[in-house]
Amino acid sequence: MNSVMEFFRTTGGLLGLFMETLYWCKSAIRNSDKVFAQLYIIGNQTLPVGALIALFSGGVLALQAGPTLAQFGLEENVGGLVGLSLVKEIGPIMASILIAGRVGSAMTAELASMSVYEEIDALKTMDINPIRYLVMPRFIATVIALPVLVIYMDVIGWFGGALVSVVNPEIHLSFDVYYRNLSELVDFTAVMNGLIKSMFFGIIISIVCCYVGLKTKGGPREIGYSVTKAVVMSFVLVLVSDYYITRILLFLNLD
Amino acid sequence: MERKIQEQNTNNNLSGTMSSTQQNGSGRVLLDYLKCAAVGVSIENIQRSFGDNYVLRGVTLDIEPRETVVILGKSGSGKSVLMRHIIGLECPDSGHIFVAGEDINDPDFKKNHVLAMVFQSSALFNSLSVAENVALYLREHKIFAEESRIKEIVSSALDIVGLQGKEDVMPSQISGGMKRRVAAARALVMNPDIILFDEPTAGLDPMMTRTMGDLIRGLNDKVEITQIVVTHDIDLAFYVADRIAILSEGQILEVGTPDQIRSSTNSGVIDFIKPQFE
Ligand SMILES: Nc1ncnc2c1ncn2[C@@H]1O[C@H](COP(=O)(O)OP(=O)(O)OP(=O)(O)O)[C@@H](O)[C@H]1O
Ligand SMILES: [Mg+2]
Repeated sequence: MNSVMEFFRTTGGLLGLFMETLYWCKSAIRNSDKVFAQLYIIGNQTLPVGALIALFSGGVLALQAGPTLAQFGLEENVGGLVGLSLVKEIGPIMASILIAGRVGSAMTAELASMSVYEEIDALKTMDINPIRYLVMPRFIATVIALPVLVIYMDVIGWFGGALVSVVNPEIHLSFDVYYRNLSELVDFTAVMNGLIKSMFFGIIISIVCCYVGLKTKGGPREIGYSVTKAVVMSFVLVLVSDYYITRILLFLNLD
Repeated sequence: MERKIQEQNTNNNLSGTMSSTQQNGSGRVLLDYLKCAAVGVSIENIQRSFGDNYVLRGVTLDIEPRETVVILGKSGSGKSVLMRHIIGLECPDSGHIFVAGEDINDPDFKKNHVLAMVFQSSALFNSLSVAENVALYLREHKIFAEESRIKEIVSSALDIVGLQGKEDVMPSQISGGMKRRVAAARALVMNPDIILFDEPTAGLDPMMTRTMGDLIRGLNDKVEITQIVVTHDIDLAFYVADRIAILSEGQILEVGTPDQIRSSTNSGVIDFIKPQFE
């Protein structure tokens, strides 16, 4: 019974925070310095490790699919396969997990410690709305950064797949063939599909991580609990909503 | 609107007190800026419980404009909870708090009045430097167009609390006593109608305690700002207070001038203020 109540309370709280954050987006321009500061942090924390992950993920895709396709003489399709998987599914999911793990966890930790040590209360007494001052910049930055990170990781992933396809003797393609097939199969709608998804994931991650952070009460131990909770909740919600967003996009013929 | 009128009323008074100010040049910038509206507080029968822990059981207290009232109470008697109600962070189960006749929970209240609080924990923003902490209110509310004016006010405020030159230090690099003083500077630059101090001297050494006491007393004498100080430090209470209120068992046991409190015949009050070591 309690956990049912908790579920509805959390859902309501998340939706409430989302609506309020949307409302405060009206002062995004005036607070653009804070948005840029967050974008800078996100970039710093995700671009290097994102490149590494993407390179190897692209590589492993080619490694898994390439030899099998080669058995049937279909190896020139490796480019399209790697390209499409990355653009539509693996890119957005990898980028989301990276952002939730590196950036979302830090957001939760920061906001949770601000709640626990009365900094949020201090903001309120100064008549500074914590949602405008803290949540809105993180929200906008995440929703912008995630699709950008997806494109960045897609491109590097394609390159990783290409490297493996060229170097691996069982596949043995030329760059030319790989990229011709990739550019034939990966069209605008496929890219948009991935970007729309990742924007939703950005909304989920930033709202969940900020919500859990702001709701934290207690002491240092609770800050730790909150971080774990926010990251796990982000992962679960991203993966579950991925299915439904894909369904909707298929229905809308965007797939 | 009301605020404007108050401002005019107080301006003459302000220049009168300023001439006797002992503050050096830099500190005066802030003192000149403080407009010290004459605003009183009336707390009417505030009740608040957490579960079955009845913390406030009908607190009633009137604070006159320009007065410094010290609320004395044991640890855990609900002093911080009362402060959080006055500043509007918590809502009472029943009762009302009026500032200059306006209910603090009215939607328009924050447009007309500024209340500042120095938290027991200081509650500095850890990601901002000392100067950024103090300047935050001015920047976020766009009080001044020119950055130079903000700098001037901020360094003047830091000067008053004895922290000149610490502008670029981060909160994690300064002591608890310094944090408390930064918090006081941060509250001052808000140009508040009322300042609330929650345990301003807890955990400070005797020297710092003295500095904090002098600051509160100076604000009372020179700026005549309405102040509410909550503490269990009896020496501080007698040093800064115009009137002292004793909070016990969730109610105000007695209110009076320091002399009245000293000569009280109420056994609860006598117990509370008798010297700790005889
Ligand atoms: N958010 C809360 N939830 C539950 N109980 C609370 C809460 N805040 C305060 N209390 C309870 O209210 C009582 C008074 O707490 P408060 O912090 O006001 O004491 P205090 O007089 O400020 O003490 P100190 O001098 O140690 O600061 C305590 O018993 C505390 O447990
Ligand atoms: Mg307290």
